[in-house]
Amino acid sequence: MEHYHMNLTLKVWKQKNKNEKGRFETYQVKNISSEMSFLEMFDVLNEQLVAENKEPIAFDHDCREGICGMCSMYINGRAHGPWHHTTTCQLHMREYKDGDTIVVEPWRANSFPVIKDLVVDRQAFDRIIQAGGYVSVNTGNAVDANAIPIEKHDADESFASAACIGCGACVAACPNASAMLFVSAKVSHLSLLPQGDPERKTRVMNMIHQMDKEGFGSCTNIGACEAECPKGISLENIARLNREYLGAMFEGGSQNAI
Amino acid sequence: MALNSKIPAGSLEEKWEKYKSTCKLVNPANKRQLEIIVIGTGLAGASAAASLGELGYKVKTFCFQDSPRRAHSIAAQGGINAAKNYQNDGDSTFRLFYDTVKGGDYRSREANVYRLASVSANIIDQCVAQGVPFAREYGGLLSNRSFGGTQVQRTFYAAGQTGQQLLIGAYQALERQVALGNVTQYSRHEMLEVVTIDGKARGVIVRNLVTGELERHFGHAVLLCSGGYGNVFYLSTNAMGSNVTAAWKAHKKGAYFGNPCFTQIHPTCIPVSGDHQSKLTLMSESLRNDGRIWVPKKQGDNRKPNDIPEEERDYYLERRYPAFGNLVPRDVASRAAKERCDAGYGVGASKQAVYLDYASAIQRYGKIEVNKQGIENADAATITKLGKEVVKEKYGNLFEMYEKITGENPYEVPMRIYPAVHYTMGGLWVDYELQTTVPGLYALGEANFSDHGANRLGASALMQGLADGYFVIPYTLGNNLADDIRTKAIPTDHPAFVEAENNVRDRINKLMSIKGTESVESFHKRLGKIMWDKCGMARNAQGLKEAIEEIKALRKEFWSNVRIPGDVNEFNPELDKANRVADFLELGELMCMDALNRNESCGGHFREEYQTEEGEAQRQDDQYMYVSAWEYKGDSNFELHKEELIYDVVHPTQRSYK
Repeated sequence: MEHYHMNLTLKVWKQKNKNEKGRFETYQVKNISSEMSFLEMFDVLNEQLVAENKEPIAFDHDCREGICGMCSMYINGRAHGPWHHTTTCQLHMREYKDGDTIVVEPWRANSFPVIKDLVVDRQAFDRIIQAGGYVSVNTGNAVDANAIPIEKHDADESFASAACIGCGACVAACPNASAMLFVSAKVSHLSLLPQGDPERKTRVMNMIHQMDKEGFGSCTNIGACEAECPKGISLENIARLNREYLGAMFEGGSQNAI
Repeated sequence: MALNSKIPAGSLEEKWEKYKSTCKLVNPANKRQLEIIVIGTGLAGASAAASLGELGYKVKTFCFQDSPRRAHSIAAQGGINAAKNYQNDGDSTFRLFYDTVKGGDYRSREANVYRLASVSANIIDQCVAQGVPFAREYGGLLSNRSFGGTQVQRTFYAAGQTGQQLLIGAYQALERQVALGNVTQYSRHEMLEVVTIDGKARGVIVRNLVTGELERHFGHAVLLCSGGYGNVFYLSTNAMGSNVTAAWKAHKKGAYFGNPCFTQIHPTCIPVSGDHQSKLTLMSESLRNDGRIWVPKKQGDNRKPNDIPEEERDYYLERRYPAFGNLVPRDVASRAAKERCDAGYGVGASKQAVYLDYASAIQRYGKIEVNKQGIENADAATITKLGKEVVKEKYGNLFEMYEKITGENPYEVPMRIYPAVHYTMGGLWVDYELQTTVPGLYALGEANFSDHGANRLGASALMQGLADGYFVIPYTLGNNLADDIRTKAIPTDHPAFVEAENNVRDRINKLMSIKGTESVESFHKRLGKIMWDKCGMARNAQGLKEAIEEIKALRKEFWSNVRIPGDVNEFNPELDKANRVADFLELGELMCMDALNRNESCGGHFREEYQTEEGEAQRQDDQYMYVSAWEYKGDSNFELHKEELIYDVVHPTQRSYK
């Protein structure tokens, strides 16, 4: 792989806190290596700002290996940038060339208020899980792990849904700011397994109820969530969620049971 | 203070069983009056908080990330060990115990390791019941893979995302307790001080990272589940935010630090590509199951890897360690890679890398698939295609990650790998009950020192974190809290809370008032370089002495010239980082002192002066068969206490994987 260096113009959203109005600021960064990750390019910019005695840009990041779900940049109009199935931290600078302009914004959704600059508050996702995204089994209550065989196909499907990292790119990408892909991934993960079966009706009802309460928008089958999901969570999950929800409605699943 | 490890009497098999049936209990009504603080929400913290909440304790959890689900346990790839013996290949609790003690180069506590092995099977049961989607065979039963340092298949996994799935299981159990009102969770909060009253841990001072406010929280007990300190090296496989601060504050309040120099360097990471590098990425140890590690036989060979014929390749692990081959433990594999690179056989632009090659695995799996599918006279292209599909199913996400980072396709070209800092076996000293030398203060998971000796085996970190949280602390905490049921919640206007908060505020104000010229990042990088060069994969007395002086000087410079932009009372990641790096600058010195004190090589601690003729680690059992437990006595002043290690069952020998 050929390595090269580039100079870039960055237009980055700056916002002091959730109450103040934000705006775009323009920055120049020089001599960026094509081998850097996108966030390493931001490290360079922030070091430059500190050297100039200016305040660096706040952005969320932690594991930098695409699994924790913390990083969350909206890059040139796309959640996590242009690479398919990739988080911001795994996007690398060989995507760009000398002279490019890159626009970087935070996730935009009413349910994800901006904390500062590119950092948003995603605690709504925790509250949706609290509403029912679990199996009610206390420590020590389990039977032998091989007591219930699970068809490999179901286990694999469940795993594919469980791969969701809770980053919120689906919400950011959706024009309605819907959280259906996130919620459906959790509902699918658990309803595909025998362990999740006893609570499947209350789970889906309560999670949907909480999702609505948090102010997330409705799903209108646009599919941007699936296209931008860094973990390839499929729209089939939403179809499954709708089936689970209808089934639970007809059988009168409670909205209060925990 | 003399160390009391509180190991129960009786034979190895009886200790934990007897402890459980005779320890003191707290009745449900009293549990509701007892408050527990849990710092960190990774596998240890989330599992402990969920289990204690289920029991009825009033729990508060704190994490610096935006959600408990982000904790770095999530990044563990390969798997979790358990002595289930589902494969009928000779595994048992004893075998797992033995492998762990041997893998740790005889520097761990027998009783703790045996307990770990004996609860390992319960962990898998619990996780499956929570809905953790482990890999399964076509018969619907759980699948296992091999890992380093063992000859049985006891590792359970969920593709290359095992840590993620286990953490989500624990996180969901935790969120259920939040919903039930048993746990209150605080995200974007960082612990900056332990509050002690009458010699007992009774609370913490935390900083709300969004508003910058300091908060006081009372607890009858405080559990530190804050992970390891590998980021002292700047470059490591840890998350960017992973830090030692919680553990270090506890240390300065009287908790002894155990074996600080025991650091694990993981053999298979993506090599450093330049000065801009912010972290290193692990390629799971599970890749050594099928991948073969080699370098050219000729020094400085610049040919492309696929142009180097088979007979000119040196599969040095298979050559040196025929019994374990590519599956030797991590410390051994790392040193062997360094040895080849130092001798001039390294590959890639930096020459600081070796190859991890999947070509023969692809062929082997391809041939099996051809037979399975009944394809007659399959051509080479079909075999290769089918083989790649199998490899993709097993390791697809890892291969993708490699390609994203390096821009090279590992299905076609061998991966380049090099060792990197990964895990710290050292940590807060704890007794059998996971209690530190400060009563009421506990350490779980990677934050404690207890189970892995001088080297941790692959897939054992997840096991330990969950063992401590799900199955150990619910018993041992109760045993101690039974004596505390008459203690009412202490109001946080108690002078000890006021004083602790003032200390934290003073330190933050001091940091902000320096207004120097150099960034926090720059100091962290400089510290990391000293640590890697002189307290890294190979250490010697001379280098360690130099490192201690260099760290002292760097610390002085930090406190006179660091620049932290922004304000105290706002979201300020530079200030968060400064708080953490300030603590790393103290810890680094202690690590070097510990490494200097230990005049032997064992596990991940390799002192160049102590090696066999073949370059293997040479222990000095007659002098160093102990845990180094360091007591903080003031700036650069630490007193060494020793916990002698007594091996009743396993007889330490020179570790051999040949």
